[in-house]
Amino acid sequence: MSILEIKNLKASVDGKQILKGINLTVNAGETHAIMGPNGSGKSTLAQILVGRKDYSVEGRVRYDGKDLLDMDVEERAREGIFLAFQYPVEIPGVNSTYFLKAAYNEIRKHRGQPEVDAMEFLTLVKEKMKILELDQSLLNRPVNEGFSGGEKKRNEIFQMAVLDPKLAILDETDSGLDIDALKIVASGVNKLKRADNAQIIITHYQRLLNFIIPDFVHVLFDGRIIRSGGKELALELEEKGYDWIVKHPQAKELVAS
Amino acid sequence: MIQTEKMSPARKPVAPAPTAGQSFLAKFEEFERGRVRQSPDWLYPIRKAGIAHFAELGFPTVQNEEWRYTNIAPIAKLPFHPILERPASLPALKEIETLFIPGLKCSRMVFVDGHYAPELSAIADGIKACGLSEAWKTEARLLERHLGRYVHCEENAFVALNTAFFTDGAFIHIPANSQIEDPVHLLFVSRSSEPGSSSHPRNLVIAERGSRCRIIEHYASLPALSESKGSRSNGSDAPTLTNAVTEIVVGEDASVEHCKWQAESLSAFHIATLQVQQEGKSRVIQHSISTGAKIARIDIHLVLGGEGIESILNGLYLGGGDQLVDHHTVVDHAAPRCASHEFYNGILDGKSKGVFNGKIFVRKDAQKTDAKQTSRNLLLSDEATIDTKPQLEIFADDVKCTHGATVGQLNEEEIFYLRSRGIGAENARRMLIHAFASDVINRITLAPIREELEKLMSERLDREGV
Ligand SMILES: Nc1ncnc2c1ncn2[C@@H]1O[C@H](COP(=O)(O)OP(=O)(O)OP(=O)(O)O)[C@@H](O)[C@H]1O
Ligand SMILES: [Mg+2]
Repeated sequence: MSILEIKNLKASVDGKQILKGINLTVNAGETHAIMGPNGSGKSTLAQILVGRKDYSVEGRVRYDGKDLLDMDVEERAREGIFLAFQYPVEIPGVNSTYFLKAAYNEIRKHRGQPEVDAMEFLTLVKEKMKILELDQSLLNRPVNEGFSGGEKKRNEIFQMAVLDPKLAILDETDSGLDIDALKIVASGVNKLKRADNAQIIITHYQRLLNFIIPDFVHVLFDGRIIRSGGKELALELEEKGYDWIVKHPQAKELVAS
Repeated sequence: MIQTEKMSPARKPVAPAPTAGQSFLAKFEEFERGRVRQSPDWLYPIRKAGIAHFAELGFPTVQNEEWRYTNIAPIAKLPFHPILERPASLPALKEIETLFIPGLKCSRMVFVDGHYAPELSAIADGIKACGLSEAWKTEARLLERHLGRYVHCEENAFVALNTAFFTDGAFIHIPANSQIEDPVHLLFVSRSSEPGSSSHPRNLVIAERGSRCRIIEHYASLPALSESKGSRSNGSDAPTLTNAVTEIVVGEDASVEHCKWQAESLSAFHIATLQVQQEGKSRVIQHSISTGAKIARIDIHLVLGGEGIESILNGLYLGGGDQLVDHHTVVDHAAPRCASHEFYNGILDGKSKGVFNGKIFVRKDAQKTDAKQTSRNLLLSDEATIDTKPQLEIFADDVKCTHGATVGQLNEEEIFYLRSRGIGAENARRMLIHAFASDVINRITLAPIREELEKLMSERLDREGV
């Protein structure tokens, strides 16, 4: 069953077209990797999926059978969409635990489940922290404030572990992580993988895909997916660069259409 | 960020308001012939100087640089009815209790319309605290040495007016090297419903060398502010005036935490001056929380008069409706190697107006001064305004002075992040506003006060912006 179905998605801002017709279907149980050069529109796609309203958008996006573009940011989150941000925001003064518990309970409320109290939440948090090998003291601090680059990224995946999304989008979660952290984060993401959820991994590096094995790899170039393939596409890309892809007949055909 | 801003210390002459002045003089004559006799001889010239300064200064107008953004015409227009007599009947303890800070273990001194009410108060054994009108009999020597020695009657008409008409207030004396364990909660309750009635509480705290104390100076109205009842019309609706003056003397190596909380009714006017005189190596942390009153003007003046002093000024003001809240602070570095850190946050909604003016003087001898000031302001509506202004006058060359002021709306990126995790837009907004206030609230060391203020924030946010 498809979780996400993107049909001819276009987006522009200030008259500048960024996404030029994206088609992508993600089914339950799948992991998709999106690669592509800087500025090709990967983050824009991710932001539009979570509900950023800065863009004028055309096309259709169905999520879990519903029209996604009609939904508010928080509604999408409550319906199970999660973005691990490329640049997580620091929120001075808002305690991490308090914030995450509020988010968790909003999602539970939305699902018609009872809210958890502080004790129950703490138990959950402790269990999830182990997966990410995250230092518990981070949770006593304001959200992301003063976190190192790597800590911020790890914290995003920790939030993902707690909120248990149906569709997780990871925007360059690997950048800024040292090799040990990368392995921990990747194994965390793998543990969260189930038959009824899906993941979209945005990355520049094949390295991450050694640890999180994608079912599909897509190359986004100048606002279009110009090539899709299996995990071997990432290896090929690493070897031959984007230039090779652009010149590939499959890509030429797409760009022309 | 170092900025030296020259400011002319000369003030524009202010034309005294002759008619107002006369009625005040007449009232003073009457007061002097009656009740004033009960106060000691040494006090008389001080009072007399007070009324003379007031007659000369008159109520300030917006032409006066110090009052440029705060028009107190509504106060000047009121009939002048100082509450000179102790109230004939007191409110019931049960009523007063609604104003207590839950969970705060403290000595409590309750004042009703400016007059000390021992019946409603409870002071722990061994603490030297009493009403000022009693202290001027029992502690004449100390009072004579300190009372009115630090404030500037000649500059501030309201201080002058207080000096002419005060009848009571709190007197607290902490002897050398002693410590007041639990804080002292000074609760000033206004309950008069007569327009123009005014109280002029006068407080004196003497913290001798090596002593430690924590004091809460809390102004509220009866009936109690019912934040949770969905209505902001609390207390009586009469336009009344509280005009308070507090002097705190902090001896060498002494340590004082002072928390002023202004939570008067939304029809009340609140004018207050806090003057703190610090000696070497002393530490002061001073909080000013202003949540009530129609117009609140709070002057806080610290003199760092000895080496190695540490001072913190920590302020939070909330404005909604048509409230006006004005803080004027002065940190006067008069000796070397002192540190002062000032943090003021304002949250303004509706048509409210905020004013923050932070002066830092660094005198010629005050080398190695470390002075920091931040003023952060959150405007929650298009009609709310803030005038924030740092004023640095630096006469020493080896100093570190920084200041920064921000005025802004809530950060959209932060709101988006919170929403992207499932938190509703309104709730996200509230979280950020709350965080902005907590930044200041968290510097208060007394947990029950923090909790009470957090609760107040939540209630105000539940109801409207702030
Ligand atoms: N809100 C915006 N306003 C203006 N331009 C934008 C906006 N969002 C994205 N862009 C532009 O759209 C293009 C695509 O940006 P995007 O961040 O999606 O790229 P990306 O593929 O994620 O790149 P990177 O690999 O560097 O993260 C860029 O040229 C960017 O400057
Ligand atoms: Mg990007």
